[in-house]
Amino acid sequence: MEKSDIINVSKNRGEKGNYVKPILKGLQFTMGNFFKKPVTIQYPDQKTVRSQRWRGLHKLNVDEKGELKCVACGLCAAVCPSQAITILAREDEGGTRHPEKFEVNELRCIFCGFCQDACPKSAISLTKIYEYVNYNREDFVFDISILKTTGEKWNS
Amino acid sequence: MTDLLIIPIIKMLVIFGVCLFFVAYTTWIERKALGHFQLRYGPMRVGYHGLLQPLADAVKNFFKEEVVPDNADRAVFLMAPVISISFAVMLLAVIPFGPAMTIFGKRIDLYLANPSIGILFILGLATIGSYGTILGGWSSGNKYGYMGGLRASAMIISYELSLAFAVLSIIMVTGSFSLVDMVAAQQHFWDWNIFREPVAFLVFMISGIAELNRTPFDMPEAESELCCGYNIEYSSMKFSLFFLAEYTHLFVFASLVTTLFLGGWHGPVLPGLVWFFVKTFAVIFVCIWIRATIPRLRYDKVMKLEWKFLLPVALANVIATGVVVALLG
Repeated sequence: MEKSDIINVSKNRGEKGNYVKPILKGLQFTMGNFFKKPVTIQYPDQKTVRSQRWRGLHKLNVDEKGELKCVACGLCAAVCPSQAITILAREDEGGTRHPEKFEVNELRCIFCGFCQDACPKSAISLTKIYEYVNYNREDFVFDISILKTTGEKWNS
Repeated sequence: MTDLLIIPIIKMLVIFGVCLFFVAYTTWIERKALGHFQLRYGPMRVGYHGLLQPLADAVKNFFKEEVVPDNADRAVFLMAPVISISFAVMLLAVIPFGPAMTIFGKRIDLYLANPSIGILFILGLATIGSYGTILGGWSSGNKYGYMGGLRASAMIISYELSLAFAVLSIIMVTGSFSLVDMVAAQQHFWDWNIFREPVAFLVFMISGIAELNRTPFDMPEAESELCCGYNIEYSSMKFSLFFLAEYTHLFVFASLVTTLFLGGWHGPVLPGLVWFFVKTFAVIFVCIWIRATIPRLRYDKVMKLEWKFLLPVALANVIATGVVVALLG
């Protein structure tokens, strides 16, 4: 707080009888506030700007051909401190690996962002989406189809 | 027949309807102004800038569950809000809202009654209205409510004195108990009682706010000490009635200040009725402003302020007024 923001009601607690001046000072202060613009942000209509590094819902990234970048190495599942990620791997004839199953339990997740850091292929990343609702807890276990298109449902 | 029955009934319906409409919107003004005093917006979502908020509140309260506690004194518990609201609304009867109008060739005075003891009527009924608060707090069988009721009675006993003395000096200046005469005596701007009796004005404002149980003196409903005081066990429409009574008292108080000190409906250019409501809402705004600024006083300090400061000042003012009136008249 700036020094000018502080209203000294009484310098000395033992000082008695002098209420008029502080009260007038207070009245002046509140009247000043009355003509200022409120600081409230009207939340659903207006939103604050998220930080560049905000960690929200997960997203599985795709390459130019529209296929998942993920190679199912399992590093993200290993590094995840709350064990929110489950991976089952599948291997092609050519030897490339794909995730058979990739589930993120968004209710277990603590949004630390370690999975994003650990991923060697930048296949998983965290978006800035922070508003998400569902009617069931089960719906918060996101599978590949949801993770590929994160953000479309809640549109942010 | 028309003069005796129909016109008064129409007048009654119009005055009570309009006033209760204004009272409902006083709650909106209060919330809105308090918000802006605290750099907030206040109600924003129901209608344009929350203009339909009073309506929404009323609908909500209608559909809430009525709860009567087991150890409440049932009859008194149900009566208390009724006492509170009915005596508050009755006060509106003697307030002169504007100059006499001529409608369809009939002269219509903009007040319901002009008893020769108008101001005593108001002082008396306002005090009876506080029985609602006291009984409501006592009968709900709750310790917080009980404490709130006790405090309400203590406040009424003490602040009624200085309020009455402030009014007494106005009566001495005007030479009449009738509110209509008081307004008639303040025709010009320089005649307003606020300039003749500035001390009485201050005493009346302070003790009036105390009588209303508003924030610097809101002992009966001190949130931090008594949860919410006398109305703690009330729910649904019964709570609404208490709430409405409180704001009707605020409205009546503001119109009393207008009538006694600010020249009533007298004013240049605009019609009298408009001036009356402009002044009334200005006084209401000042009350809200004070509420937004000053924190609640401690209970003993409230009593000290009354008995050691306001009452002697009001008494001295009455004596001084008496001497001046005797010398001049």
